[in-house]
Amino acid sequence: MRYLVSVIDDKSDPGSTDRQPAISAFNERLIAEGYWVFAGGLADTDAATVIDNRGEQAVFSDGPFVESKEYLAGVWVWEVPDLDVALRLATEASKVCDRKIELRPFQ
Amino acid sequence: MIDAREAVTRAHHEEWARVVAALTRRFGDLDIAEEAAAEAFATAVERWRADGVPPNPGAWLTTTANRRAIDRIRRENKRDDRQKEAQMAYDDDPPEPLGAIDDDRLRLIFICCHPALAVEARLALTLRMVGGLTVPEIARAFLVAESAIGQRITRAKAKIKAARIPYRMPSVDDLPARVSGVLAVLFLVFNEGYLASGPDTDPVRHDLTAEAIRLTRLIRALLPRDGEVAGLLALMLLTEARRTARTSASGELVALDEQDRGAWDAELIAEGHRLVRERLAAAAAGVAPGRYQILAAINAVHTSARDIRDTDWSQVLALYDQLVRLDPSPIIALNRAIAVAELDGPEVALAAIDRLEPRLAGYHPYHATRADLLRRLGQSQQSRAAYDRAVELAGNTGETAYLTRRRDQLR
Repeated sequence: MRYLVSVIDDKSDPGSTDRQPAISAFNERLIAEGYWVFAGGLADTDAATVIDNRGEQAVFSDGPFVESKEYLAGVWVWEVPDLDVALRLATEASKVCDRKIELRPFQ
Repeated sequence: MIDAREAVTRAHHEEWARVVAALTRRFGDLDIAEEAAAEAFATAVERWRADGVPPNPGAWLTTTANRRAIDRIRRENKRDDRQKEAQMAYDDDPPEPLGAIDDDRLRLIFICCHPALAVEARLALTLRMVGGLTVPEIARAFLVAESAIGQRITRAKAKIKAARIPYRMPSVDDLPARVSGVLAVLFLVFNEGYLASGPDTDPVRHDLTAEAIRLTRLIRALLPRDGEVAGLLALMLLTEARRTARTSASGELVALDEQDRGAWDAELIAEGHRLVRERLAAAAAGVAPGRYQILAAINAVHTSARDIRDTDWSQVLALYDQLVRLDPSPIIALNRAIAVAELDGPEVALAAIDRLEPRLAGYHPYHATRADLLRRLGQSQQSRAAYDRAVELAGNTGETAYLTRRRDQLR
């Protein structure tokens, strides 16, 4: 079962910026235990572009699709047997990243 | 001859959770398990009247429900049911080890009370899947529209499926937290019954308190060594024992000091006291008690007194001190102050609870307690204002009546 693991940061109350070594160590463990599929930190939402080509002409707009206080700062994809395992890892991940985590299963 | 309807009712109490749990394990789907179990019980009502009650009602119901589930899967015959078809090929599951902790019903309870579900969903799902209450019964109990309860249950089942909430025992590391999550759900059910809210509701909903006790007894049978399970059961029994004495003929709440203690249920009290003694022995052996055990012990002190004047308030206070260390919530501090009032006088207690005001301003027992202390101190005007506020905030009809009378008795 695959889960998208979103790391959520808060513009008005950002998590600490010194987490990289801890995150790397956590990633090593995810890989060793066979849960790791993908991981990546994201650039600031200011760097986002939204593309809408549902009409006659493609429209590019600057910025994220939704402006909010909380935003997606990074993602993992984990392959785990069930939600209980994902919850346990996500509980650790939240501590490691010093940020909120959303778990969402792939279909 | 046993009356068929009565036999179905009894089987429903004793076997519903077992049937749903066994089917959930077999088919890996709460939806199918619930529907097939409901159909099996409906069939039993007809068949048992015509053919007599089978010698083993539980086995009859499980077999019938199994057939119904297989029928449904065949009918739907969807591609994604191939896995279930494969499972159907094996009519006899390998027997599971039958240690207390491996009971299917326990897995069912844990999945219904899973922390990834919203609390309201956990309540509704537990009452439906484990308790066997129907959607209209749950809706009535919580004064919520049937459609809303139906939706909660449907959504919860969908999330369990989509997010892959597993149908198995929590790991040893997770177990204490998960058990306490289950107990929290049962305590909420009990409390909703004990202090039912809503302007047109009976002050005590016996159906809910009885159901909560029944389910807690089940958990107790499944986890006999868990101290908090024993504690919660004792707490419920000692509270339930006072149920009839707690409401007057006119539906008004009767406070502890005015209750007819002869009307308390001696049998429930004896059972509750036995459980508390069991936990006291464990505590003496060095097992630190959790909050339910301490709350049960407090209730044991109250129910040991033949008269309110015989209450061992210093014992009550010592237990609250222990509880405050575990749970520093302002509600515990408020209840502790009631014992303080008995030992050190209302003035000391009032000073203690006034400090809680910022956190309890919207909590009616805070104002009711304050009103009572002010009344005892002869400060009628302030007491009246506090009673007014308590009446305004109280949701329970019996409490509202009680508080109104106490206010109107002020000189």
